[in-house]
Amino acid sequence: MLEVEGLEASYGSFRVLSGVTLEVRPGEIVALLGPNGAGKTTLIRCIAGLLRPRAGAMRWEGRPLGQAEAHTVVERGVAVVPEGRRLFGSMSVEENLALGAFAPRARRGEASRLEGVYAIFPVLRERRRQLVRALSGGQQQMVAIGRALMADPRLLVLDEPSLGLAPRLVESIFGLLREINRGGVSILLVEQNVHAALALAHRGYILEAGRVAAEGQGSVLLNDAHVRRAYLGPLAR
Amino acid sequence: MTAFVQQMVLGLLIGGLYGLAAAGLSLVFGVLKVLNVAHGQLIMLGGYGAFWLGALAGFDPFAALTLVIPGALAFGAVLYWTLFAWVVRASEETRVKNSLLIGFGLALALDALAVRLWTADERSITTSYAGAVVSVGGIAIPLVRLASLVLAGALIGGVHLLLARTRWGRAIRATAEDWEAALLTGIDVRRAYLLAFAIGTALAGAAGTLVSVGYSVSPSIGLEWTLKALVVVVLAGLGSMPGTFVGGLVLGLAEAAAAWGFGGPYREMVGLVLFFVVLVARPQGLFAR
Repeated sequence: MLEVEGLEASYGSFRVLSGVTLEVRPGEIVALLGPNGAGKTTLIRCIAGLLRPRAGAMRWEGRPLGQAEAHTVVERGVAVVPEGRRLFGSMSVEENLALGAFAPRARRGEASRLEGVYAIFPVLRERRRQLVRALSGGQQQMVAIGRALMADPRLLVLDEPSLGLAPRLVESIFGLLREINRGGVSILLVEQNVHAALALAHRGYILEAGRVAAEGQGSVLLNDAHVRRAYLGPLAR
Repeated sequence: MTAFVQQMVLGLLIGGLYGLAAAGLSLVFGVLKVLNVAHGQLIMLGGYGAFWLGALAGFDPFAALTLVIPGALAFGAVLYWTLFAWVVRASEETRVKNSLLIGFGLALALDALAVRLWTADERSITTSYAGAVVSVGGIAIPLVRLASLVLAGALIGGVHLLLARTRWGRAIRATAEDWEAALLTGIDVRRAYLLAFAIGTALAGAAGTLVSVGYSVSPSIGLEWTLKALVVVVLAGLGSMPGTFVGGLVLGLAEAAAAWGFGGPYREMVGLVLFFVVLVARPQGLFAR
């Protein structure tokens, strides 16, 4: 579905990705893990069309990705929930959600999809007239995910959705991601929260210094000695 | 007392045009993060457009608006494609600097062009109803200027509704707030820039038309109007069209009060003092949310 092959990217002369290869298959939840500065966000910026890779290839549903302008990526069925949510804070919840359906393809069935988002996040219906910046962090994350769902994506890419949220909220958001996935949306999940992400994901990749250091099924990665040492600390059992 | 009220009424009337002049500058600055210092020259061109439509084709200046506005929209689109589209490709931090270079160049070119085409003479549209005045309790209100104030408010209100209620209006606001996030939701940000710049130019054209009927135009008014607009933008803050209109009225009233209290020369100074005070005390502007 999404295939990334030998992707290289840099900011100026600073190379961030040096040959990343990974894929997301239809119906999968794939976790992308790794320390700060490993290149996770850079990879997402490449997929979203915000950054041109220097080398390598990206294919989405068999057709090349990464040459087109960023705003056309959503139209093709890839929706990104960016790091830090990047909501339009001076607009209401409902306006943010409506902007999610801006792409021409997403305009069909906008009303029923809005109902779907409100069904997943009932609190957003109650707050639909409120300005987004008046919401709590957890509610803002719900708006961010809802805005991406409004684009009717086949692949949902999330960059650190758990950042700054209380553990219980993270649990409930991840539970909702599983439901969204059961509804037929593939998910690429970038996380620092290794345990939660691998428990949710079918497969995972570990990104280190711009390369894939390990990959495999969630449970396998969780037991991988390398992963345990690097991310779970010496006390991990 | 009557003299004071009379001055304040006249100040309020021109304040509406300050608001209209600033609305376009504010929209372009807020959305493109580009400071178009040739905005006053666009107002000047709008004024000449209306003047010549009247002189050559017999258009009433208010009717001329229906041609000046679409003409200015198209002219704005051309200016965006030829000049400012290059500026917005640069990173956000360098946009203002680059736009200043382009804006000053454009301003000089348009000033020279206007002198060449239309001479340095002051022009003003004189209509059959130019001298009409309503008198309220000894206060004279020139009808043409009153109509200009109402039209300025209506145009700003119209743009406000456009931004608040329409799909592309929402897209323009989203682009102003976070253009990368706008791209991620599928908004063609370049088109949002184009639309904002064209609408900003149309507002300038409309302002110029109203200036040429209630006041006068000459090739040298550009810089003056850019400064007025800039003061109002700083006064009102970005992001609110009604706020910009009120900011214009405030500047008009402040100028009138200064002229009445300290004499005519202080009219021009009060705007700059306000500019300074607001930047120091409330840099986000009086009405920014």
